[in-house]
Amino acid sequence: MRTQAAYETVDMMLNMGPQHPATHGVFRMVLTVDGERVVDVTPHIGYLHRGSEKLAEHESYGQVVTLFDRLDYVSNLNNELIFCRAAERLMGVEPPERAQYIRTILAELNRLASHLLFIGTYAIDLGGMTPIMYGFRERERIQNLFESVTGARMMHNFIRIGGVKEDAPPGFAPRVRALLDDAERGVAEIDRLLTFNEVFLARTRGVGVIDAPSALSCGLTGPSLRASGVAYDVRKDYPYEVYPYLSYKVPVGENGDCWDRYYMRVLECYESVSMVRQCLDQMEDGPVMAQMRRIARPPKGEVYVHGENPRGDIGVFLVSDGTDKPYRVKVRPPSFCNLVALRPMMRGAYIADAVAILGSLDIVLGEVDR
Amino acid sequence: MIGTMRGLLTTARWLLRRPVTAHYPEQHMPVQERYMGFPALLTDDTADEPFCTGCMVCVRECPTQCMSAQMHDNPKFADGSSHRRKIIEEFEINLNRCILCGICVDVCSFDAIEMSYEHELASYARAGARADLTLLLEQGKRYVETSGWTPANPEKNSAGAALAKKAAAAPAAPASGGNEESA
Repeated sequence: MRTQAAYETVDMMLNMGPQHPATHGVFRMVLTVDGERVVDVTPHIGYLHRGSEKLAEHESYGQVVTLFDRLDYVSNLNNELIFCRAAERLMGVEPPERAQYIRTILAELNRLASHLLFIGTYAIDLGGMTPIMYGFRERERIQNLFESVTGARMMHNFIRIGGVKEDAPPGFAPRVRALLDDAERGVAEIDRLLTFNEVFLARTRGVGVIDAPSALSCGLTGPSLRASGVAYDVRKDYPYEVYPYLSYKVPVGENGDCWDRYYMRVLECYESVSMVRQCLDQMEDGPVMAQMRRIARPPKGEVYVHGENPRGDIGVFLVSDGTDKPYRVKVRPPSFCNLVALRPMMRGAYIADAVAILGSLDIVLGEVDR
Repeated sequence: MIGTMRGLLTTARWLLRRPVTAHYPEQHMPVQERYMGFPALLTDDTADEPFCTGCMVCVRECPTQCMSAQMHDNPKFADGSSHRRKIIEEFEINLNRCILCGICVDVCSFDAIEMSYEHELASYARAGARADLTLLLEQGKRYVETSGWTPANPEKNSAGAALAKKAAAAPAAPASGGNEESA
Protein backbone atom coordinates (compact mmCIF):
# COMPACT_ATOMS: atom_id res chain seq x y z
CA MET A 1 0.00 0.00 0.00
CA ARG A 2 1.31 3.40 -1.02
CA THR A 3 1.66 6.27 1.40
CA GLN A 4 -0.01 9.61 0.80
CA ALA A 5 3.36 11.15 -0.11
CA ALA A 6 3.41 9.08 -3.27
CA TYR A 7 0.34 10.96 -4.56
CA GLU A 8 1.65 14.43 -3.82
CA THR A 9 2.12 16.62 -6.85
CA VAL A 10 4.61 19.33 -7.60
CA ASP A 11 3.87 22.56 -9.42
CA MET A 12 4.74 22.61 -13.07
CA MET A 13 6.44 25.39 -14.99
CA LEU A 14 4.68 26.18 -18.22
CA ASN A 15 6.28 28.46 -20.76
CA MET A 16 4.00 30.65 -22.84
CA GLY A 17 5.52 32.72 -25.61
CA PRO A 18 7.48 34.56 -26.86
CA GLN A 19 6.16 33.20 -30.16
CA HIS A 20 2.57 32.78 -29.12
CA PRO A 21 -0.24 34.40 -31.08
CA ALA A 22 -2.24 35.33 -27.99
CA THR A 23 0.52 37.42 -26.47
CA HIS A 24 0.00 40.16 -29.07
CA GLY A 25 3.65 40.37 -29.94
CA VAL A 26 6.76 38.88 -28.45
CA PHE A 27 5.92 38.53 -24.81
CA ARG A 28 6.84 35.57 -22.66
CA MET A 29 5.08 34.39 -19.53
CA VAL A 30 6.37 31.62 -17.33
CA LEU A 31 3.34 30.16 -15.63
CA THR A 32 3.63 28.05 -12.51
CA VAL A 33 0.65 25.76 -12.60
CA ASP A 34 -0.90 23.41 -10.14
CA GLY A 35 -3.07 21.20 -12.29
CA GLU A 36 -5.37 23.57 -14.14
CA ARG A 37 -4.76 26.49 -11.81
CA VAL A 38 -2.17 29.19 -12.24
CA VAL A 39 -0.18 29.60 -9.05
CA ASP A 40 2.21 32.26 -10.21
CA VAL A 41 3.24 34.08 -13.37
CA THR A 42 6.54 35.67 -14.27
CA PRO A 43 6.45 37.99 -17.28
CA HIS A 44 9.60 38.26 -19.40
CA ILE A 45 9.89 41.27 -21.61
CA GLY A 46 12.48 42.88 -23.84
CA TYR A 47 12.16 40.89 -27.06
CA LEU A 48 11.18 43.99 -28.98
CA HIS A 49 13.59 46.37 -27.30
CA ARG A 50 14.89 48.91 -29.79
CA GLY A 51 16.36 51.40 -27.38
CA SER A 52 14.03 54.19 -28.44
CA GLU A 53 14.83 56.28 -25.38
CA LYS A 54 18.54 56.12 -26.03
CA LEU A 55 18.13 56.68 -29.76
CA ALA A 56 16.13 59.80 -28.97
CA GLU A 57 19.19 61.32 -27.32
CA HIS A 58 20.99 61.32 -30.66
CA GLU A 59 18.23 62.76 -32.77
CA SER A 60 16.88 66.26 -33.08
CA TYR A 61 13.48 67.06 -31.58
CA GLY A 62 11.77 66.82 -34.92
CA GLN A 63 13.21 63.38 -35.56
CA VAL A 64 12.25 62.02 -32.13
CA VAL A 65 8.60 62.25 -33.21
CA THR A 66 9.27 59.39 -35.64
CA LEU A 67 10.47 57.24 -32.75
CA PHE A 68 7.34 57.97 -30.76
CA ASP A 69 5.26 56.78 -33.69
CA ARG A 70 6.79 53.40 -33.18
CA LEU A 71 6.23 52.98 -29.45
CA ASP A 72 2.58 52.12 -29.32
CA TYR A 73 2.16 51.24 -32.94
CA VAL A 74 -1.62 51.10 -32.95
CA SER A 75 -2.15 54.57 -31.50
CA ASN A 76 0.65 56.48 -33.18
CA LEU A 77 -0.92 59.91 -33.14
CA ASN A 78 -1.53 59.79 -29.40
CA ASN A 79 2.16 59.09 -28.91
CA GLU A 80 3.26 61.88 -31.22
CA LEU A 81 0.95 64.21 -29.38
CA ILE A 82 2.43 63.47 -25.98
CA PHE A 83 6.00 64.09 -27.09
CA CYS A 84 5.12 67.27 -28.92
CA ARG A 85 3.23 68.52 -25.87
CA ALA A 86 6.26 67.86 -23.70
CA ALA A 87 8.56 69.77 -26.04
CA GLU A 88 6.05 72.61 -26.35
CA ARG A 89 5.76 72.88 -22.57
CA LEU A 90 9.52 73.10 -22.36
CA MET A 91 9.69 75.80 -25.00
CA GLY A 92 6.66 77.70 -23.78
CA VAL A 93 4.92 77.40 -27.14
CA GLU A 94 1.15 77.25 -27.39
CA PRO A 95 -0.12 75.66 -30.61
CA PRO A 96 -2.92 77.53 -32.41
CA GLU A 97 -6.46 76.54 -31.60
CA ARG A 98 -7.18 74.92 -34.96
CA ALA A 99 -4.07 72.77 -34.58
CA GLN A 100 -5.28 71.68 -31.16
CA TYR A 101 -8.65 70.71 -32.60
CA ILE A 102 -7.05 68.74 -35.42
CA ARG A 103 -4.79 66.99 -32.94
CA THR A 104 -7.69 66.11 -30.69
CA ILE A 105 -9.75 64.79 -33.58
CA LEU A 106 -6.88 62.65 -34.80
CA ALA A 107 -6.06 61.41 -31.31
CA GLU A 108 -9.65 60.42 -30.64
CA LEU A 109 -9.99 58.72 -34.00
CA ASN A 110 -6.80 56.85 -33.25
CA ARG A 111 -8.24 55.82 -29.90
CA LEU A 112 -11.28 54.53 -31.73
CA ALA A 113 -9.09 52.59 -34.16
CA SER A 114 -7.05 51.15 -31.33
CA HIS A 115 -10.11 50.05 -29.36
CA LEU A 116 -11.64 48.50 -32.47
CA LEU A 117 -8.48 46.46 -32.90
CA PHE A 118 -8.61 45.49 -29.23
CA ILE A 119 -12.21 44.31 -29.46
CA GLY A 120 -11.40 42.22 -32.51
CA THR A 121 -8.26 40.65 -31.13
CA TYR A 122 -9.84 40.06 -27.74
CA ALA A 123 -12.59 38.08 -29.40
CA ILE A 124 -9.93 36.07 -31.23
CA ASP A 125 -8.16 35.40 -27.93
CA LEU A 126 -11.39 33.90 -26.68
CA GLY A 127 -12.06 31.92 -29.83
CA GLY A 128 -14.50 34.20 -31.62
CA MET A 129 -13.31 34.62 -35.20
CA THR A 130 -15.91 37.02 -36.57
CA PRO A 131 -15.58 40.32 -34.67
CA ILE A 132 -12.03 40.99 -35.85
CA MET A 133 -13.29 41.14 -39.43
CA TYR A 134 -15.71 43.91 -38.49
CA GLY A 135 -13.16 45.59 -36.28
CA PHE A 136 -10.61 45.67 -39.05
CA ARG A 137 -13.16 46.92 -41.53
CA GLU A 138 -13.91 49.99 -39.43
CA ARG A 139 -10.27 50.50 -38.52
CA GLU A 140 -9.36 50.44 -42.19
CA ARG A 141 -11.74 53.32 -42.86
CA ILE A 142 -10.11 55.34 -40.10
CA GLN A 143 -6.68 54.58 -41.48
CA ASN A 144 -7.78 55.65 -44.93
CA LEU A 145 -8.83 58.94 -43.42
CA PHE A 146 -5.45 59.25 -41.72
CA GLU A 147 -3.81 58.60 -45.05
CA SER A 148 -5.75 61.45 -46.63
CA VAL A 149 -4.80 63.80 -43.78
CA THR A 150 -1.28 62.79 -42.81
CA GLY A 151 -0.09 60.87 -45.85
CA ALA A 152 0.53 57.63 -44.00
CA ARG A 153 -1.67 54.93 -42.58
CA MET A 154 0.31 54.25 -39.44
CA MET A 155 3.63 56.08 -39.08
CA HIS A 156 2.35 59.58 -39.60
CA ASN A 157 4.97 62.03 -38.33
CA PHE A 158 2.16 64.56 -38.63
CA ILE A 159 1.91 66.23 -35.24
CA ARG A 160 4.76 68.68 -34.93
CA ILE A 161 6.19 70.67 -32.09
CA GLY A 162 4.04 73.80 -32.20
CA GLY A 163 1.14 72.47 -34.22
CA VAL A 164 0.56 70.02 -37.02
CA LYS A 165 2.35 69.49 -40.31
CA GLU A 166 -0.37 70.90 -42.54
CA ASP A 167 -4.01 71.83 -42.42
CA ALA A 168 -6.73 69.24 -42.85
CA PRO A 169 -7.50 68.58 -46.53
CA PRO A 170 -10.59 70.12 -48.14
CA GLY A 171 -13.72 68.17 -47.38
CA PHE A 172 -12.27 66.93 -44.12
CA ALA A 173 -15.27 67.62 -41.87
CA PRO A 174 -17.94 65.94 -44.03
CA ARG A 175 -15.64 62.99 -44.61
CA VAL A 176 -15.02 62.53 -40.88
CA ARG A 177 -18.73 62.85 -40.17
CA ALA A 178 -19.56 60.13 -42.68
CA LEU A 179 -16.83 57.97 -41.19
CA LEU A 180 -18.14 58.52 -37.68
CA ASP A 181 -21.62 57.39 -38.69
CA ASP A 182 -20.12 54.24 -40.21
CA ALA A 183 -17.85 53.65 -37.24
CA GLU A 184 -20.68 54.07 -34.78
CA ARG A 185 -22.74 51.53 -36.68
CA GLY A 186 -19.73 49.23 -36.86
CA VAL A 187 -19.04 49.44 -33.13
CA ALA A 188 -22.72 48.84 -32.41
CA GLU A 189 -22.58 45.80 -34.65
CA ILE A 190 -19.61 44.30 -32.82
CA ASP A 191 -21.15 45.29 -29.53
CA ARG A 192 -24.36 43.45 -30.43
CA LEU A 193 -22.38 40.48 -31.66
CA LEU A 194 -20.07 40.05 -28.73
CA THR A 195 -20.84 41.91 -25.52
CA PHE A 196 -23.74 39.88 -24.17
CA ASN A 197 -22.96 36.66 -25.98
CA GLU A 198 -23.32 33.81 -23.50
CA VAL A 199 -20.02 32.17 -24.36
CA PHE A 200 -18.21 35.49 -24.14
CA LEU A 201 -19.82 36.24 -20.78
CA ALA A 202 -18.88 32.82 -19.45
CA ARG A 203 -15.28 33.35 -20.48
CA THR A 204 -14.90 36.87 -19.09
CA ARG A 205 -17.33 37.46 -16.23
CA GLY A 206 -15.59 37.11 -12.87
CA VAL A 207 -12.26 36.26 -14.53
CA GLY A 208 -9.12 38.16 -13.61
CA VAL A 209 -10.82 40.29 -10.99
CA ILE A 210 -8.82 43.10 -9.47
CA ASP A 211 -10.34 45.47 -6.93
CA ALA A 212 -9.85 49.21 -6.93
CA PRO A 213 -7.22 49.50 -4.13
CA SER A 214 -4.95 46.83 -5.59
CA ALA A 215 -5.47 48.17 -9.11
CA LEU A 216 -4.30 51.56 -7.91
CA SER A 217 -1.36 50.13 -6.02
CA CYS A 218 -0.30 48.18 -9.13
CA GLY A 219 -0.28 51.41 -11.10
CA LEU A 220 -3.02 50.39 -13.50
CA THR A 221 -4.30 53.23 -15.65
CA GLY A 222 -6.68 53.74 -18.50
CA PRO A 223 -9.70 51.58 -19.23
CA SER A 224 -8.21 48.73 -17.19
CA LEU A 225 -8.25 50.90 -14.06
CA ARG A 226 -11.64 52.41 -14.77
CA ALA A 227 -13.07 48.90 -15.04
CA SER A 228 -12.27 48.50 -11.34
CA GLY A 229 -14.39 51.52 -10.48
CA VAL A 230 -11.80 54.29 -10.29
CA ALA A 231 -12.81 57.25 -12.43
CA TYR A 232 -9.29 58.36 -13.31
CA ASP A 233 -8.89 59.82 -16.75
CA VAL A 234 -6.08 62.23 -17.60
CA ARG A 235 -8.31 63.98 -20.09
CA LYS A 236 -10.74 64.86 -17.30
CA ASP A 237 -8.38 65.23 -14.34
CA TYR A 238 -5.51 67.07 -16.03
CA PRO A 239 -7.14 68.49 -19.15
CA TYR A 240 -5.01 69.22 -22.18
CA GLU A 241 -5.57 70.28 -25.79
CA VAL A 242 -9.28 71.05 -26.27
CA TYR A 243 -10.67 68.39 -23.95
CA PRO A 244 -11.97 70.99 -21.46
CA TYR A 245 -14.34 72.31 -24.15
CA LEU A 246 -15.85 68.91 -24.86
CA SER A 247 -18.56 67.20 -22.88
CA TYR A 248 -18.13 63.50 -22.44
CA LYS A 249 -18.56 60.79 -19.85
CA VAL A 250 -15.81 58.65 -18.45
CA PRO A 251 -17.20 55.12 -18.37
CA VAL A 252 -16.52 53.39 -15.07
CA GLY A 253 -16.95 49.70 -14.37
CA GLU A 254 -17.96 47.84 -11.23
CA ASN A 255 -16.31 44.47 -10.91
CA GLY A 256 -12.86 44.92 -12.38
CA ASP A 257 -13.08 41.67 -14.29
CA CYS A 258 -12.16 40.96 -17.90
CA TRP A 259 -15.65 41.71 -19.14
CA ASP A 260 -15.60 45.15 -17.52
CA ARG A 261 -12.21 45.92 -19.00
CA TYR A 262 -13.56 44.94 -22.40
CA TYR A 263 -16.79 46.88 -21.98
CA MET A 264 -15.05 50.07 -20.87
CA ARG A 265 -13.35 50.15 -24.24
CA VAL A 266 -16.59 49.60 -26.12
CA LEU A 267 -18.18 52.49 -24.25
CA GLU A 268 -15.13 54.65 -24.87
CA CYS A 269 -15.58 54.07 -28.60
CA TYR A 270 -18.99 55.75 -28.43
CA GLU A 271 -17.56 58.59 -26.33
CA SER A 272 -14.76 59.13 -28.83
CA VAL A 273 -17.26 59.33 -31.66
CA SER A 274 -19.23 61.99 -29.81
CA MET A 275 -16.05 63.90 -28.94
CA VAL A 276 -14.91 64.07 -32.55
CA ARG A 277 -18.36 65.32 -33.57
CA GLN A 278 -18.15 68.11 -30.99
CA CYS A 279 -14.67 69.03 -32.19
CA LEU A 280 -15.91 69.31 -35.78
CA ASP A 281 -18.75 71.56 -34.62
CA GLN A 282 -16.47 73.85 -32.64
CA MET A 283 -13.52 73.98 -35.03
CA GLU A 284 -12.78 77.28 -36.73
CA ASP A 285 -10.38 78.26 -39.47
CA GLY A 286 -6.98 79.57 -38.58
CA PRO A 287 -3.29 78.81 -38.62
CA VAL A 288 -2.12 75.31 -37.71
CA MET A 289 1.45 76.05 -36.70
CA ALA A 290 2.71 78.32 -33.94
CA GLN A 291 5.21 81.07 -34.72
CA MET A 292 8.54 79.55 -33.80
CA ARG A 293 11.95 78.76 -35.13
CA ARG A 294 12.13 76.01 -37.67
CA ILE A 295 14.53 73.97 -35.58
CA ALA A 296 13.23 73.31 -32.08
CA ARG A 297 15.79 74.21 -29.45
CA PRO A 298 14.15 74.24 -26.02
CA PRO A 299 15.88 76.07 -23.18
CA LYS A 300 17.64 74.16 -20.43
CA GLY A 301 15.18 72.43 -18.16
CA GLU A 302 13.07 69.38 -17.61
CA VAL A 303 9.40 68.63 -17.87
CA TYR A 304 7.01 65.78 -17.23
CA VAL A 305 3.87 65.69 -19.33
CA HIS A 306 1.25 63.00 -19.36
CA GLY A 307 -1.85 62.27 -21.35
CA GLU A 308 -4.49 59.65 -21.89
CA ASN A 309 -3.59 56.99 -24.44
CA PRO A 310 -5.99 54.23 -25.44
CA ARG A 311 -4.09 51.96 -23.08
CA GLY A 312 -3.73 54.33 -20.17
CA ASP A 313 -1.73 57.17 -18.77
CA ILE A 314 1.35 57.80 -20.92
CA GLY A 315 3.98 60.13 -19.56
CA VAL A 316 7.08 61.69 -21.04
CA PHE A 317 9.92 63.03 -18.96
CA LEU A 318 12.03 65.26 -21.12
CA VAL A 319 15.31 66.86 -20.13
CA SER A 320 16.85 69.50 -22.34
CA ASP A 321 20.40 70.79 -22.09
CA GLY A 322 19.68 73.68 -24.44
CA THR A 323 20.86 71.97 -27.62
CA ASP A 324 18.73 70.77 -30.52
CA LYS A 325 18.77 67.21 -29.18
CA PRO A 326 17.07 66.04 -25.99
CA TYR A 327 19.40 65.16 -23.14
CA ARG A 328 17.10 62.47 -21.85
CA VAL A 329 13.71 61.13 -22.88
CA LYS A 330 11.95 58.83 -20.45
CA VAL A 331 8.62 57.34 -21.32
CA ARG A 332 6.13 56.00 -18.84
CA PRO A 333 4.44 53.48 -21.09
CA PRO A 334 0.94 52.51 -19.97
CA SER A 335 1.16 48.95 -21.32
CA PHE A 336 4.33 48.27 -19.37
CA CYS A 337 2.95 49.62 -16.12
CA ASN A 338 -0.33 47.77 -16.61
CA LEU A 339 1.59 44.50 -16.85
CA VAL A 340 2.36 44.82 -13.13
CA ALA A 341 -1.24 43.87 -12.47
CA LEU A 342 -0.83 40.62 -14.38
CA ARG A 343 0.30 38.61 -11.37
CA PRO A 344 -2.48 39.57 -8.95
CA MET A 345 -5.03 39.05 -11.71
CA MET A 346 -3.75 35.70 -12.82
CA ARG A 347 -3.17 34.02 -9.47
CA GLY A 348 -5.76 31.33 -8.98
CA ALA A 349 -7.14 31.56 -12.49
CA TYR A 350 -7.37 28.66 -14.91
CA ILE A 351 -4.66 28.23 -17.52
CA ALA A 352 -7.27 28.74 -20.22
CA ASP A 353 -8.11 32.11 -18.71
CA ALA A 354 -4.50 33.29 -18.79
CA VAL A 355 -4.99 34.37 -22.39
CA ALA A 356 -8.25 36.10 -21.55
CA ILE A 357 -6.60 38.05 -18.74
CA LEU A 358 -3.55 39.06 -20.73
CA GLY A 359 -5.72 40.05 -23.67
CA SER A 360 -7.96 42.19 -21.48
CA LEU A 361 -4.99 44.37 -20.50
CA ASP A 362 -4.53 45.24 -24.19
CA ILE A 363 -0.75 45.49 -24.18
CA VAL A 364 1.31 46.59 -27.15
CA LEU A 365 4.80 45.18 -27.02
CA GLY A 366 6.34 48.03 -28.96
CA GLU A 367 5.51 50.18 -25.99
CA VAL A 368 6.34 47.65 -23.28
CA ASP A 369 9.87 47.09 -24.55
CA ARG A 370 10.43 50.44 -26.26
CA MET B 1 -28.29 30.78 -27.03
CA ILE B 2 -29.89 34.07 -28.00
CA GLY B 3 -26.45 35.66 -28.30
CA THR B 4 -25.25 32.91 -30.60
CA MET B 5 -28.32 33.20 -32.81
CA ARG B 6 -27.88 36.94 -32.98
CA GLY B 7 -24.27 36.45 -34.01
CA LEU B 8 -25.27 34.06 -36.78
CA LEU B 9 -27.85 36.55 -37.97
CA THR B 10 -25.23 39.30 -38.21
CA THR B 11 -22.97 37.00 -40.18
CA ALA B 12 -25.80 35.93 -42.45
CA ARG B 13 -26.66 39.53 -43.21
CA TRP B 14 -23.14 40.14 -44.41
CA LEU B 15 -23.27 37.18 -46.74
CA LEU B 16 -25.43 39.22 -49.08
CA ARG B 17 -23.35 42.39 -49.08
CA ARG B 18 -20.39 43.32 -51.19
CA PRO B 19 -16.96 42.59 -49.69
CA VAL B 20 -14.90 45.57 -48.57
CA THR B 21 -11.57 43.93 -49.31
CA ALA B 22 -9.50 44.02 -52.50
CA HIS B 23 -7.52 41.09 -53.88
CA TYR B 24 -4.13 42.63 -53.71
CA PRO B 25 -1.87 41.57 -56.57
CA GLU B 26 -4.67 41.88 -59.11
CA GLN B 27 -6.46 44.80 -57.52
CA HIS B 28 -4.77 47.90 -56.18
CA MET B 29 -6.50 50.23 -53.79
CA PRO B 30 -5.99 53.82 -54.93
CA VAL B 31 -3.74 55.89 -52.69
CA GLN B 32 -4.89 59.15 -51.18
CA GLU B 33 -3.71 62.45 -52.58
CA ARG B 34 -1.34 63.15 -49.69
CA TYR B 35 0.06 59.64 -49.62
CA MET B 36 3.71 59.51 -48.69
CA GLY B 37 5.48 56.75 -50.55
CA PHE B 38 9.19 56.51 -51.20
CA PRO B 39 11.01 59.78 -51.80
CA ALA B 40 11.67 60.70 -55.41
CA LEU B 41 13.68 63.44 -57.05
CA LEU B 42 11.99 65.89 -59.35
CA THR B 43 13.14 67.21 -62.70
CA ASP B 44 13.15 70.88 -63.62
CA ASP B 45 11.65 70.76 -67.11
CA THR B 46 12.67 74.34 -67.87
CA ALA B 47 16.34 73.33 -67.76
CA ASP B 48 15.99 69.58 -68.23
CA GLU B 49 17.95 68.83 -65.08
CA PRO B 50 17.09 67.84 -61.50
CA PHE B 51 16.04 70.50 -59.02
CA CYS B 52 18.46 68.99 -56.55
CA THR B 53 21.70 70.86 -55.97
CA GLY B 54 23.14 68.26 -53.64
CA CYS B 55 23.11 70.58 -50.64
CA MET B 56 22.96 67.54 -48.31
CA VAL B 57 20.30 68.97 -45.96
CA CYS B 58 18.05 65.95 -46.45
CA VAL B 59 20.99 63.62 -45.99
CA ARG B 60 21.85 65.24 -42.66
CA GLU B 61 18.27 65.45 -41.41
CA CYS B 62 17.27 61.89 -42.30
CA PRO B 63 16.58 60.05 -39.04
CA THR B 64 17.78 56.75 -40.46
CA GLN B 65 20.68 57.99 -42.61
CA CYS B 66 19.27 56.21 -45.62
CA MET B 67 20.53 58.71 -48.20
CA SER B 68 23.79 59.78 -49.68
CA ALA B 69 24.44 62.53 -52.19
CA GLN B 70 27.29 64.09 -54.08
CA MET B 71 27.33 67.38 -56.00
CA HIS B 72 29.45 68.74 -58.82
CA ASP B 73 29.68 71.99 -60.80
CA ASN B 74 26.74 72.43 -63.08
CA PRO B 75 27.90 72.64 -66.73
CA LYS B 76 24.61 74.33 -67.63
CA PHE B 77 25.37 77.18 -65.25
CA ALA B 78 28.50 77.96 -67.25
CA ASP B 79 26.59 78.27 -70.52
CA GLY B 80 23.83 80.25 -68.87
CA SER B 81 20.95 77.82 -69.38
CA SER B 82 20.48 77.23 -65.66
CA HIS B 83 20.71 79.25 -62.47
CA ARG B 84 22.03 76.32 -60.43
CA ARG B 85 25.77 76.55 -59.86
CA LYS B 86 26.00 73.10 -58.35
CA ILE B 87 24.00 70.12 -59.37
CA ILE B 88 23.53 66.65 -58.03
CA GLU B 89 25.90 64.08 -59.43
CA GLU B 90 25.06 60.97 -57.46
CA PHE B 91 22.14 60.34 -55.20
CA GLU B 92 21.29 57.08 -53.55
CA ILE B 93 18.45 56.20 -51.23
CA ASN B 94 18.36 52.86 -49.52
CA LEU B 95 14.64 52.31 -49.63
CA ASN B 96 14.89 49.47 -47.12
CA ARG B 97 16.04 51.91 -44.50
CA CYS B 98 13.63 54.68 -45.40
CA ILE B 99 10.85 55.10 -42.84
CA LEU B 100 8.71 57.38 -45.02
CA CYS B 101 8.65 60.16 -42.45
CA GLY B 102 8.80 62.98 -44.99
CA ILE B 103 11.44 64.95 -43.10
CA CYS B 104 13.61 65.20 -46.24
CA VAL B 105 10.73 66.90 -48.04
CA ASP B 106 10.16 69.34 -45.18
CA VAL B 107 13.76 70.48 -45.00
CA CYS B 108 14.39 70.79 -48.75
CA SER B 109 14.37 74.40 -49.86
CA PHE B 110 14.82 73.62 -53.55
CA ASP B 111 11.56 71.71 -54.17
CA ALA B 112 13.84 68.90 -55.24
CA ILE B 113 12.52 65.93 -53.32
CA GLU B 114 8.98 64.79 -52.81
CA MET B 115 7.28 61.76 -51.32
CA SER B 116 6.03 59.91 -54.39
CA TYR B 117 3.20 57.40 -54.63
CA GLU B 118 5.65 54.50 -55.06
CA HIS B 119 5.26 52.00 -52.28
CA GLU B 120 6.02 48.58 -53.65
CA LEU B 121 9.44 47.47 -52.56
CA ALA B 122 9.83 44.04 -54.11
CA SER B 123 12.41 43.71 -56.84
CA TYR B 124 14.31 40.99 -58.65
CA ALA B 125 17.77 42.36 -57.96
CA ARG B 126 19.66 41.86 -54.76
CA ALA B 127 20.39 45.57 -54.50
CA GLY B 128 16.97 46.44 -55.92
CA ALA B 129 16.02 48.65 -52.99
CA ARG B 130 18.99 50.93 -53.53
CA ALA B 131 17.53 53.66 -55.67
CA ASP B 132 20.06 55.65 -57.66
CA LEU B 133 19.66 59.03 -59.31
CA THR B 134 18.20 57.64 -62.54
CA LEU B 135 15.55 55.63 -60.76
CA LEU B 136 14.70 58.44 -58.36
CA LEU B 137 14.20 60.90 -61.21
CA GLU B 138 12.13 58.35 -63.08
CA GLN B 139 9.92 57.90 -60.02
CA GLY B 140 9.69 61.66 -59.73
CA LYS B 141 8.46 61.93 -63.33
CA ARG B 142 5.84 59.29 -62.65
CA TYR B 143 4.77 61.19 -59.54
CA VAL B 144 4.43 64.46 -61.44
CA GLU B 145 2.30 62.70 -64.04
CA THR B 146 -0.12 61.21 -61.53
CA SER B 147 -0.30 64.05 -59.04
CA GLY B 148 0.14 67.14 -61.22
CA TRP B 149 2.86 68.39 -58.92
CA THR B 150 4.34 71.83 -59.49
CA PRO B 151 7.18 73.45 -57.54
CA ALA B 152 5.99 75.34 -54.47
CA ASN B 153 8.48 78.14 -55.06
CA PRO B 154 8.96 78.37 -58.86
CA GLU B 155 10.49 81.85 -59.11
CA LYS B 156 13.34 80.71 -56.89
CA ASN B 157 13.81 77.12 -57.94
CA SER B 158 12.61 76.80 -61.53
CA ALA B 159 15.43 77.62 -63.95
CA GLY B 160 13.23 79.32 -66.51
CA ALA B 161 11.63 81.69 -64.02
CA ALA B 162 14.84 82.33 -62.10
CA LEU B 163 16.81 83.19 -65.22
CA ALA B 164 14.05 85.47 -66.49
CA LYS B 165 14.01 87.26 -63.15
CA LYS B 166 17.75 87.63 -63.24
CA ALA B 167 17.61 89.04 -66.79
CA ALA B 168 14.91 91.50 -65.75
CA ALA B 169 16.96 92.64 -62.75
CA ALA B 170 20.02 93.40 -64.91
CA PRO B 171 18.56 94.75 -68.17
CA ALA B 172 20.80 94.68 -71.25
CA ALA B 173 24.03 95.29 -69.31
CA PRO B 174 25.74 91.93 -68.78
CA ALA B 175 27.60 92.64 -65.57
CA SER B 176 30.92 90.90 -65.50
CA GLY B 177 31.52 88.53 -62.60
CA GLY B 178 29.47 90.35 -59.96
CA ASN B 179 26.22 88.95 -61.26
CA GLU B 180 27.14 85.47 -60.24
CA GLU B 181 26.60 86.36 -56.61
CA SER B 182 22.85 86.41 -57.05
CA ALA B 183 22.72 82.87 -58.40
